[in-house]
Amino acid sequence: MSRSRTPGVSGTSPWLAAAAALLALLAGPGQAQKLSDGAIRIGFITDMSSVYSDLDGSAGGIAIQMAIDDFKAKNPGLAIELMTADHQNKADIASSKAREWFDQKGLDLLIGGTNSGASLAMKTVAAEKKKPFISIGAGTSKLTNEECTPYTVHYAYDTIALANVTGGAVVRAGGKSWYFLTADYAFGQSLEKDTSAVVSANGGKVLGAVRHPLNASDFSSFMLQAQASGAQILGLANAGGDTINAIKAANEFGVAGSMKLVGLLMFNTDVHSLGLELTKGMYMTDGWTWNQSEESRAWSKRFFDKVKRMPSMVQAGDYSATLQYLQAVKAAGTDDGDAVMAQLKKTRINDMFAKDAYIRQDGRMIHDMRLVQVKTPAESQAEWDLVKLVEIVPGEKAYQSLADSKCPFIRK
Amino acid sequence: MSSVLGVPLPALLAQLLLGLVNGSFYALLSLGLAVIFGLLNVINFSHGALYMMGAMTAWMGAQYLGLGYWPMLVLAPLAIGALGVLFERLLLRRLYGLDHLYGLLLTFGATLLIEGLFRSFFGASGQPYPVPELLRGSANLGFMVLPIYRAWVVVVSLLICAATWFVIERTPLGARLRAGTENPALTKAFGVNVPRLITLTYGFGVALAALAGVLAAPILQVQPLMGSNLIIVVFAVVVIGGMGSIAGAILTGLALGVVEGLTRVFYPPGSSTVVFVVMALVLLLRPAGLFGRQT
Amino acid sequence: MPAGSSATRLGYGLLLALALLLPQAGVYPVFLMDVLCFALFACAFNLLLGYAGLLSFGHAAFFGAAAYATGHALREWGLAPELGLLFGVAVAALLGLVIGALAIRRSGIYFSMITLALAQMVYFLFLQAPFTHGEDGLQGVPRGQLFGVLGLNSDLVLYYLVLGVFVACYLLIQRIVDSPFGRVLAAVRDNEPRATSLGYDTARIRLLAFVLSASLAGLAGALKTLVLGFAALTDAHWTTSGLVILMVLVGGVGTLFGPVVGALIIVGLENRLGDIGAALAKITGISWFSGLGEAVTIVTGCIFMVCVMAFRRGLVGEALDAWRRRRGAQAGVGASPGELSA
Repeated sequence: MSRSRTPGVSGTSPWLAAAAALLALLAGPGQAQKLSDGAIRIGFITDMSSVYSDLDGSAGGIAIQMAIDDFKAKNPGLAIELMTADHQNKADIASSKAREWFDQKGLDLLIGGTNSGASLAMKTVAAEKKKPFISIGAGTSKLTNEECTPYTVHYAYDTIALANVTGGAVVRAGGKSWYFLTADYAFGQSLEKDTSAVVSANGGKVLGAVRHPLNASDFSSFMLQAQASGAQILGLANAGGDTINAIKAANEFGVAGSMKLVGLLMFNTDVHSLGLELTKGMYMTDGWTWNQSEESRAWSKRFFDKVKRMPSMVQAGDYSATLQYLQAVKAAGTDDGDAVMAQLKKTRINDMFAKDAYIRQDGRMIHDMRLVQVKTPAESQAEWDLVKLVEIVPGEKAYQSLADSKCPFIRK
Repeated sequence: MSSVLGVPLPALLAQLLLGLVNGSFYALLSLGLAVIFGLLNVINFSHGALYMMGAMTAWMGAQYLGLGYWPMLVLAPLAIGALGVLFERLLLRRLYGLDHLYGLLLTFGATLLIEGLFRSFFGASGQPYPVPELLRGSANLGFMVLPIYRAWVVVVSLLICAATWFVIERTPLGARLRAGTENPALTKAFGVNVPRLITLTYGFGVALAALAGVLAAPILQVQPLMGSNLIIVVFAVVVIGGMGSIAGAILTGLALGVVEGLTRVFYPPGSSTVVFVVMALVLLLRPAGLFGRQT
Repeated sequence: MPAGSSATRLGYGLLLALALLLPQAGVYPVFLMDVLCFALFACAFNLLLGYAGLLSFGHAAFFGAAAYATGHALREWGLAPELGLLFGVAVAALLGLVIGALAIRRSGIYFSMITLALAQMVYFLFLQAPFTHGEDGLQGVPRGQLFGVLGLNSDLVLYYLVLGVFVACYLLIQRIVDSPFGRVLAAVRDNEPRATSLGYDTARIRLLAFVLSASLAGLAGALKTLVLGFAALTDAHWTTSGLVILMVLVGGVGTLFGPVVGALIIVGLENRLGDIGAALAKITGISWFSGLGEAVTIVTGCIFMVCVMAFRRGLVGEALDAWRRRRGAQAGVGASPGELSA
């Protein structure tokens, strides 16, 4: 079959299209693809009913379906099915569902949403069954280090990239002295550790840190301690409700005025739920913003029409990863796990999510990351016009280098 | 600058004050639970969900009806209290003769249902809710800067706690209520409408939870699961204070706020477990809680 | 259920045959194993609630502790699966002894609250301890070879092992309940002062029941780690404690088989609600049903409330009661009082 690929959502050159049509006519349906059970089956397991349901949730499934529909529009005659499930933030449910789909429903691709524990459980199952697993919502960098497998792809972001970009770029923008407010468990601690290292390496200084218990509602006493430190930057090494409550307390106690707040793991959904008044001026790192380009704007509008919210980086990642997978299947001519993984790792990614991006040997998807700053209410033109770009950090600089990777099966 | 155990004195004083601020909030939150258990012998697990409903109602009032903080401070507790009355009349009432277990389980189920519904309609991220105009800004106390809103929360909480305690322990209405729960038959014989009194009490306890929610809305994230983080702590407070005692819940709430505040300064990672350690200790040494009566 | 009656034995026989054949009929073995693990957890919990009359709010601590212990033993120490399981049970029993000794001194709601407090402390310990890997969970637990010969990597083989263990434990619980110890336990539950006056050391009896319950709950957690290959923080969270209470309530407190039914329903709901919703949407044509998959907490909450209001004895309890009344009516005698709790 010819190597004609549809580059993203924009049109193909007319000659290529004609050639492809002629070939398809000659080859006939189904002959060009050797598909297991004659169909491509995509499974999507994420949190749809608990704390992370806004970031990804069932709307992520809608994004995936959009990718399937877009692909089918250009490739009619291919049977593609989507199955979705809610893991309710329980790794047990994610793992059993994934297993069942692979064993009994002929699943060809598993897409994992939020929750690192669930993602780690799912990647083990996928590797066992020799099928690709793309993790989009989870942040744990273990997926491309100690826990890497030849079948895992880690797509939109990870905690090391967030630390590198936020730490480095904020120091370069003038934020030299740091104080951390850290959630006292493995995730928060590693976020603090990674960011501290980057800050020091870039010439900044870490003045101290205070650890708070997970899901602490009240941050008033920690704010006092932060204020006493005299640092320029308050790094929030926590996520979700903790980040939001910390920001509220920071505003209340005037810390937001005297120090600059940096959210080490923050999404546009968090900014939206807090409102610009409380978050203005905050730095955060994003892998994708809905209004970063014409293409992303166009796609986001289609998403908004269906979901009534602007997409987050994770939902956009769901769309992009699905599209890339389907294109890889088409190019490889089969949905066999090994062939598709090989195809995915040698293709450049160019769509509304990322430009000139690629998937590395260890499964890490390398793409440009963006340091953004939250706009003031005056600067914002619309409900979801929340951030402005400060700096684009190229993928190779943002993500951990292959040399440092602890992935056991790669050749360095 | 003098210091205690390595912490400078002004910082320590500041943390103590903050501890009292939090403590008064805990006291208000536990008050509703203590009223419902102390007088009705019902373990209201949905207290956290009702607190969340109070906060969400305040937001809905602002969002859909344009009603600000001050009207909602009164309307939200009334609205949620009315729902509580309905709940008691239709469902809870039928379980009074049975083991405590069933009231607990019913309200636990109600919690799952309420949180699930709110999450389904409003999403999990939460809604913005600003501090009301009048209460913005902070006061410089020398050793620390205290936001005015927090001072307001202390004032309201302590006032309401004191008023509730007074009504229940020192007025004829309270006496009738206490009599009605200790010996319904005898009290009814005196012409007191005991079932109605019980329903209103439950409604009052629910309204207290909702009020705490409205007070919390400007400073904590208003989201469907905000109650589930607090409910366990609130239970602990009521149990430590003694499940039948109103004064016990209030005093324990305040004390816990201070203890937590001190833990946050000297050993921050332990501040979430300290309440459970205290609860286990108290229950082992004084089985009915600090101020409770032996049942 | 009166053990020994021929109808009961026939019923159990049929169920066992069904259980043995289900995987051959195409029912997914991993799902069945999940159900069996939680059924064991629920039966262990019921031993404490239904037969000893003690409501523990922290049973997830034992479930999770054994899950982590077994996971650690199998992954880090390379123990054989049977030894790993035993280690998990031992850890759960020890934890049960410690928590039980502290909690037994009080009764009623205070007992429940102490178990909750101590379980929360265990949870926070797991959250911070390095060996659990916190939120990421303890991943990559191998299944190994049973007794060095039987490879457990096949889902089918593992299923029969889990089924065997479950049946053995079920028989064990039945034995405990019908034994002299079980009778004394029931006596202590129904009237503690009288039991004391008869000379029984009620505290020790309760503690023994607590440790037994904790050990079996631990076995359930250890088995689950073996089946799924990892242990997670949710195993020790208080919501898991709540879930097992729901399973026992739905199935029938104080009945032997009730918890199994409850576990089947709840685990089935968690895993299959999405499919059920899709099927309902197709049958009734109401598209709202297809969103059911995200509504697990809502549906669970409803079931909880309905059970408390209308089916207090749980499904099996109500069924038993109806059966007994029919038999009583047929024999021309009034209904005999059940041994079920109110």
